[in-house]
Amino acid sequence: MTATPNAVVIETPEGVRFALPLAGVVARFLALIIDLLAIATIGSVLEKIAAVIGAVSPDSMAAVTILGYFAIIIGYGIVFEWIWHGQTPGKRVLSLRVMDANGLKLQASQIAVRNLMRAIDSLPGSYLVGGMAVLLTKRHQRLGDMVANTIVIQQHRLALPDLMRLNLDEKFNSLTSVPHLAARLRQQITPDLVELAYQSLLRRDELESDVKLEVFRLLADRFRALVKFPDEITAGLTDERYVRNALQIALTSASSRALRTTH
Amino acid sequence: MILDLARFLNTERPYWEELNELLDRIDRDRFERLTLQQVTRLEYLYQRTASALARLSTFSAEPKTTEFLESLVARAYAECHPNRVASQRFHPIHWFFKTFPRTFRKHSRAFVLSVALTLAGTAFGWGVIAADSSAKSVILPFSQLLGSPTERVKQEESAKTDRLSGKKQTFSAQLMTNNIRVSLLTFALGATWGLGTVIMLFYNGVILGAVAVDYIYAGQIQFLLGWLLPHGVIEIPAILVAGQSGFVLASALIGWGESSTKRARLRSVLPDVLTLAGGFGVMLVWAGIVEAFVSQYHYPVLPYSWKIAFGLVELTLLTTFLSRAGKV
Repeated sequence: MTATPNAVVIETPEGVRFALPLAGVVARFLALIIDLLAIATIGSVLEKIAAVIGAVSPDSMAAVTILGYFAIIIGYGIVFEWIWHGQTPGKRVLSLRVMDANGLKLQASQIAVRNLMRAIDSLPGSYLVGGMAVLLTKRHQRLGDMVANTIVIQQHRLALPDLMRLNLDEKFNSLTSVPHLAARLRQQITPDLVELAYQSLLRRDELESDVKLEVFRLLADRFRALVKFPDEITAGLTDERYVRNALQIALTSASSRALRTTH
Repeated sequence: MILDLARFLNTERPYWEELNELLDRIDRDRFERLTLQQVTRLEYLYQRTASALARLSTFSAEPKTTEFLESLVARAYAECHPNRVASQRFHPIHWFFKTFPRTFRKHSRAFVLSVALTLAGTAFGWGVIAADSSAKSVILPFSQLLGSPTERVKQEESAKTDRLSGKKQTFSAQLMTNNIRVSLLTFALGATWGLGTVIMLFYNGVILGAVAVDYIYAGQIQFLLGWLLPHGVIEIPAILVAGQSGFVLASALIGWGESSTKRARLRSVLPDVLTLAGGFGVMLVWAGIVEAFVSQYHYPVLPYSWKIAFGLVELTLLTTFLSRAGKV
């Protein structure tokens, strides 16, 4: 396991590496504010229940309120993080999750200890100790996280990109008629450029026509700078068509392209 | 090496979606138990997705899919790989009567350190007040302890009304929550390599010593014992246990003479410090009840001999419990 500035990279026993993106101090602070509001809301419900008891015994009402608030403050994080697999309402809203620092399943003892350690993290007020620790530590951990060996990660629910939406193989790709140049393009293309081309093609209908022309001109120039195809091959290709063809080369194999073009 | 990314994605996609769905289901319901068939399927899907991620990583032209698979594998990895021993069902009775005293004895050296520091503080507080009684206002945090002990005893014994009438439960709740809060801090300060815990225990001892010497020098030993013993014999050991849990934590952080990593040491003591924290919490609930309902009532309402005897019985039971309970 290694920690980069914004992620913890874990290598599984099977040799697979994956990164857990760490939550920043601002996101954690916002989650804390939402949780404090939730605690206040639960507290107001508690007060209403206690008021019913108060009709019989004001002493019992005050005792129930004091103990109830204390239990809510201590138990809120523990109960929610246990039931919701490392999330409180605040963390859920901001897509944050408490994880074991080794990427393993979170244990109840880890959840309880990291929450009980708030006694020190909240010192001397407004979570100053915890906040400073999050800012200063490599894995953005407050003291409770360090003791419990937990981290808080940013867990965006990512959607699987649908390459088929682009219909990359709908038309003949003239660039593939020069296989060695196509292979070189595929070799030299960078992930960033593929991502740019992919997103631009997906959003082409949202762009103003002059902006669209400019975007695809710039993209096509970048592809052209990687590999120079003969003019007779590229003649008549619009910039957008050029980008589409280059992307098809990047994402599909020569054999399947050949197979598709024959059908 | 993936030759045809589009075809590869098309083939693998249904497995990733199935894994995503299964993980969402586990996320939604904490209490749902997967069947053996589902667990086997989860393991298979995880292995397949991890393998896809490994293959896709060599094909750097598809970062979005790699990112998606990383998040999926991370979620599945946590579900498929156990963290130390499997969680056991929590049995409160077994925990309190067996696990807690066993854990207490397991870390008896940390408890002895807590006792030693508190005694050092007591001696210091005793010495300071014995040398200069005006230092009371500096040392003692509670205004009700600053007056003359003799005056207080006279007032308490001649009281015609119950000053806690109609607010005993509230007072008890305040004592419980305040003592638990202070004890939690004593425990949590173990994260400062034990330094904060040392200060808390020493200061607690200073207050105890200062109060004790004040009443003893005023000739009010009987009142002092009758007032402090009923709740103090539970409350003071509870704070010592809080210090003990702080030192267990500090010891794992420092790791003198240990060859294992800090992370491994902390992981191994977490259940123990949690047990000790739960133990002192229960003790302080009892102490809070006794302090509000017994300790605050003095002669002639409750005879001192009765209160002292009650305290001694509690102390005997607590000592027996912590030293004998849970032994096989």
